[in-house]
Amino acid sequence: MKQQKMKIISRRSVLFLMGGVASSALFTKFAMAKPNLALQRIKEISKSKVEEVDLFLDVPEIAENGNQVKVSFDIDSPMTKDDFVRTVYLLADGNPAPNVAKFSFTTDMGACSATTRMRLSKTQNVYLLAEYNNGKFAMTKSKVKVTIGGCGG
Amino acid sequence: MSKIKPRGKVPKKAAIDEIIEIKTLIRHPMHSGRMKDKDGKNIPKRIINKFLVKFNGKQIFGMDLEPSISTNPYIAFPFKAKKSGTFDFEWTDDNGEKYTMSRKMDVS
Repeated sequence: MKQQKMKIISRRSVLFLMGGVASSALFTKFAMAKPNLALQRIKEISKSKVEEVDLFLDVPEIAENGNQVKVSFDIDSPMTKDDFVRTVYLLADGNPAPNVAKFSFTTDMGACSATTRMRLSKTQNVYLLAEYNNGKFAMTKSKVKVTIGGCGG
Repeated sequence: MSKIKPRGKVPKKAAIDEIIEIKTLIRHPMHSGRMKDKDGKNIPKRIINKFLVKFNGKQIFGMDLEPSISTNPYIAFPFKAKKSGTFDFEWTDDNGEKYTMSRKMDVS
């Protein structure tokens, strides 16, 4: 008798789990339909004058912990008064807000690179947008797979 | 909450025109405003929102931080050594507090 009771509960919980899976699948579909906020933001900043080039953006391919994802970049620039990178934006398209950080560079630095750690709530693209002193923009993106999300919860 | 404590690593000595790397870390919770405490209540947003570095009084590097930056923000960046001087680091908290640190470097 006791066994039977347990069986019923387990069947119910299985049904419950299935419901959960279905609704979460629905939710991701819904999330996919949202506009890409990071790309919108890039358009706003650059006024659509952006070239997609191969800047060096170093992010892990798979991040086991979304709370601490190391991000570094290195942009090839002489960093002289006539030719330097003024601002670098870091954006992500799957986080609650697209902006991650904005770096302001000066010619005193001699090189254009930096390293920091960011949060990623789920698998998503990380974007790097560089603004040169002559008003040009360049961007690149890289996909990071996240095993455990790192945004609250 | 643990005390907010800035840390930094700057080489004490550098050669002229050498590109050095400066590493900084500040112990700060970086509450994004989306995390919940043990009782399920929302923890209000409180982050470091600005980081500035000056060398001999002139700004050399700045960074605007958003809630997507991890707890205990780590920031590393390069600098071209030209003359001896002092670095002044400044972190600004959402509550208006500022945390500062200074480091000297000899260039020969």
